[in-house]
Amino acid sequence: MDRYRFLMSGSGGQGVITMAILLAEAAAIYEGRNAVQSQSYGPEARGGATRSDVIVSDGPIYFPKVTQPNYLVALTNEAMGKYLPLIRPGGMCLYDSDLVQPDLRVDARRKGLPMHQAVLDTLGLPVAFNICVLGALAALTRVVSLGALEKVLESRFAPAHHKNNKTALHLGAELARPHVDD
Amino acid sequence: MSQRKSSRAGAGAKAAAAGHIHFVQGNEACVHGALYAGVSFFAGYPITPSTEIAEHLAERLPGIGGAFIQMEDEIGAMCAVCGAALAGAKAMTATSGPGFSLKQEAIGYACMAEIPCVVVNVQRAGPSTGLPTKVAQGDVNQARWGTHGDHSIVVLTASSVQDVFAITVEAFNIAEIYRTPVILLFDEVVGHMREKLIIPAPGELPVVERLRTAVKAGVNYHPYLPREDGRLPISDFGDVHRYNVTGLFHDIFGFPTENPEQVSKLVYHLVDKIENRSHLLARYKEFYLEDAEHILVSYGSSARSARHLVEGRRRKGDRIGLLELQTLWPFPAQVVREKTAHAKNVFVVEMNLGQVMAQVKQATAHPDRVFLVNRMDGMLVTPTDIGKVMRTVEGRGF
Repeated sequence: MDRYRFLMSGSGGQGVITMAILLAEAAAIYEGRNAVQSQSYGPEARGGATRSDVIVSDGPIYFPKVTQPNYLVALTNEAMGKYLPLIRPGGMCLYDSDLVQPDLRVDARRKGLPMHQAVLDTLGLPVAFNICVLGALAALTRVVSLGALEKVLESRFAPAHHKNNKTALHLGAELARPHVDD
Repeated sequence: MSQRKSSRAGAGAKAAAAGHIHFVQGNEACVHGALYAGVSFFAGYPITPSTEIAEHLAERLPGIGGAFIQMEDEIGAMCAVCGAALAGAKAMTATSGPGFSLKQEAIGYACMAEIPCVVVNVQRAGPSTGLPTKVAQGDVNQARWGTHGDHSIVVLTASSVQDVFAITVEAFNIAEIYRTPVILLFDEVVGHMREKLIIPAPGELPVVERLRTAVKAGVNYHPYLPREDGRLPISDFGDVHRYNVTGLFHDIFGFPTENPEQVSKLVYHLVDKIENRSHLLARYKEFYLEDAEHILVSYGSSARSARHLVEGRRRKGDRIGLLELQTLWPFPAQVVREKTAHAKNVFVVEMNLGQVMAQVKQATAHPDRVFLVNRMDGMLVTPTDIGKVMRTVEGRGF
């Protein structure tokens, strides 16, 4: 595919925008593609509905927003309810199977993974939940390699976080592996 | 759940090496452009969606011998910029809607006292506090006429992260050459959007340095006595010359005057130094205009939507083109008139109720062929929005 349109959504504080930046940066800097990341958020810093759009393409990108995503990430029920109807027919939706119940009437490939619980079990804390989601998303879409994401994580975060980030990233990728479509 | 970053500003602002690919917001690109142009002073008061500019300069300026001050409000910030610029610094501030309103009095002072400085307004939806986190382009007329009295001013904009960098460098250059405040009128989408930025090597883009007086210490310096080429060399205020600066009409010494001849001469000078050079100040980009029957005129993030539509329709063989304005004031009327002379229809795409459209109508010989495609609801105008208006005008229904 020459154009990936991601819509990532959730609640302020879940790391949705950070996740989008990391994905776009990995594509733009380490995979040599074009990427544009933009966001939409309310005045509140925590708890409000958050959305970030990422377009990755080998060609130029003009309109920077995503109106019909190929790939939707929804980390709350509110986000799922609001954005699932926008998805392109046959598009893919990634969500946390413990936190979100998707609407089954929409034509989408649903990928519900217990990412939040897996992070809690492995790291003991919900930190890096968004990185786990990112790992799953990369495995499912192949838009960027895990190696590119590792490089971005190392350049963007303090060394103290590197180990947890890497663990969470690969945890997500492993959870997603059985669900990868050919 | 999201982890704390190694620094608020992130790796992008620190590793400002030339040639590398950076992945940054428009606001960060503005900071990189300002640093490239030699900014050494920033005073401001944080406001969404411009805050990243202050944040990054707060991190960068102290390390290069510059100064960052968060003032008590936007009025104080603009006054501090005037003072720093007169004292020899390349100075800037950044704000959004409500803060831009507050700065207007001191922007007028900078116009009158001919102080080179750069004012960034990353537009959000107004009036008043409006929609703090949402996009709009409603300050086009305020940027031109926000401060009172006859004056002129330069207003520039850009639609991509790379262009934000380049136009910021231009803004500082124009401020120095014409001794005027220059407004950088960005918008929330361009300010917050991240995409690639490649920082040019030093020397790759021209940087205009401050023109300082050759008058020696102990010899009378006339701050408002132009050279033969019309430019006014500055003596850094507080350095070797004592002189007066005022917002009142003034003579060549900088002292207040009510002499009608001097008053008239000064107001014409302030306006003519910019309006008479609108051809030199016109920055724009054009795409497929040679044979275009339908021409879109746009700027800022709206121009990205326009370009998206134009590229799509060109692939289908439609004769459609885009004129992207980067100079909004002085309005490049001649460029618009010439470029749209043979168009069947002109569509102005913007996120306000027609502020640039009014200028385009005035510029063209066929105002009845000029149509507005707009959106003023906090959302970026979409290619679909543009297509709908075009189909209606072309008589093809919705």
